[in-house]
Amino acid sequence: MNAPVRTIASPAARPLGMPRARRAVIAVLALAVLALTLVSVAIGYAPFDVPAAFADLVAGRTTLPAMVLWELRVPRALLGSLVGFSLGLTGAAMQGYLRNPLADPGILGISSAAALGAVIVFYGGLAASLSLALPLGGIAGAGMAALLLNALAARGSSTLGLILAGVGLSSLAGALTALALNLSPNPYAALEIVFWLMGSLSDRSLDHVVLCLPLMLVGWGLMLSTGSALDALTLGEDTAASLGVGLVSVRLRLVTGAALAVGSGVAVSGAIGFVGLVVPHLMRPLVGARPGAGLLPSGLAGAVLVLAADIGVRLLATRPELKLGVVTALVGAPFLIVLLLRNRGRRA
Amino acid sequence: MSLDLNDVRVTLDGRTILTDIDLALERGRFVGLVGPNGAGKTTLLRVLTALVAPSRGGVTLEGQALSGMSREVRARRIAALFQGAGVGWPITVRQIVALGRLPHRRAFAGFSEADEAAVARAMARTDVGHLAGRTEPTLSSGERMRALLARALAVEAEWLLVDEPITALDPAHQLDAMALLRAASRDGTGVVAVLHDLALAARFCDRIVVLSDGRLVADASPEEAMTDALLARVFGVTAERGEAADGTRYLLPWARSGATTETSDDAIIPG
Repeated sequence: MNAPVRTIASPAARPLGMPRARRAVIAVLALAVLALTLVSVAIGYAPFDVPAAFADLVAGRTTLPAMVLWELRVPRALLGSLVGFSLGLTGAAMQGYLRNPLADPGILGISSAAALGAVIVFYGGLAASLSLALPLGGIAGAGMAALLLNALAARGSSTLGLILAGVGLSSLAGALTALALNLSPNPYAALEIVFWLMGSLSDRSLDHVVLCLPLMLVGWGLMLSTGSALDALTLGEDTAASLGVGLVSVRLRLVTGAALAVGSGVAVSGAIGFVGLVVPHLMRPLVGARPGAGLLPSGLAGAVLVLAADIGVRLLATRPELKLGVVTALVGAPFLIVLLLRNRGRRA
Repeated sequence: MSLDLNDVRVTLDGRTILTDIDLALERGRFVGLVGPNGAGKTTLLRVLTALVAPSRGGVTLEGQALSGMSREVRARRIAALFQGAGVGWPITVRQIVALGRLPHRRAFAGFSEADEAAVARAMARTDVGHLAGRTEPTLSSGERMRALLARALAVEAEWLLVDEPITALDPAHQLDAMALLRAASRDGTGVVAVLHDLALAARFCDRIVVLSDGRLVADASPEEAMTDALLARVFGVTAERGEAADGTRYLLPWARSGATTETSDDAIIPG
């Protein structure tokens, strides 16, 4: 930011760079993610001496507390922030790209395809033999979806074609998932699939983190790179193109980025709904409606929300444990309704 | 200093939208592109911004093929304001105008002093300075149009192409917008505007290009282009002409020309 500081109050004279309010929001959210990650590590079902476990871990002593910390608590906290960031960022990117406040990370059918991939692995019985088979299946499903979406939408550059392709893909993946449940040889397998689909971060390992982290980082990079293009798309596709935005390149980056981030997120955690839909709406009053300005804050806020929900799940300690996707939907849906009702008068 | 269409033909979904278009546009002039609905005016504008690729012929900017230029270079040299381009999110007028600086910015870079200055100039010219902090849904359609025009001006390109810039404006702002476009052309910009208001086109433009059924049927000064015969044949109207108090000649579409029915209209399209 090399814009000079000016004292003129009129909005016309205010520098165009990142306003201080947005920087403050980003800083506060980043701190919140950090704090909640630490809280998430400290919270669990068994009473647990975190500093002692940490000391053991640093000293390289393979004590039980050190193993619980490293094998269970840390992965769970990390996955919460990674999956949350992916959902929030993808939600903001999709809403911006499609110019639709009701778009969510699942709108292109990537989540459904990832879920289908995991369900097929479940169904094939591979999950029992290899702990990472399930997420690998999910990632394969998301990858197929991205290829299919880009192929289906390749003819035109319009976002409408992409939405239609996504709706078709989503329905198909949903139908095939239902088919797998329908034909499930025993009810327990079906129940297990249903529970998995509800989304959870419990009993994940560092392997899950290692599997999804690189994919997510690439996906985040691709989506964050579209910020100014999303701003230009506010004025429609023709105007964006006349401003030098490569519409095909933007679509490719967004579809691939969403597939990598959300696909690997669903693959490791199941489907966690509403975060990607609600978070951009929460951020808009704070950072403005410019789509590019909402990307990073939405990612951070998504991480905050998922971490908080996952901490809540453990504090409530119901039996069986509440599924994360159930909690986010329970909190998110009423919240969204209130937001939409409040905004209706202003935007209609 | 010219933007040229050479033997351009555009075919979309098997339908010929434009054919045999030869047009040499020069900077420093205000060109009005007129013609009935469906004549191909918007498509011509889209060809000039490389949004539509001609199926035959090509566009050159100072002798260089438009299709061979990078998107960024093209965007810096040719600014366009399209019809019905709404604003998708409630962003402020200043943010809308600032989007015009996109072609000048590098990826992830902030706004430079030059960007700030260009945005301020564009907002001053379209008189939207007082609206800077207002968000899109609170603007009247005239205010929105002026904000969008400011966005196109903020590019500060050599060429400014606008599609129906005055349709949503009240008479005073229509006159302001036309005067603004003419002033922009006097500063050396090549201005091409799709217009439906023949009276304002005749009054403000240096040159009128008439399209009918995808063909170029006239290209001359307003007086020479918009003859009674052409108005009857292409638009199916007759015009009242006269001299205004300030001595300029005016033209006012006044009545349907009775003889021209739709069938005879089709019959006399020049080949």
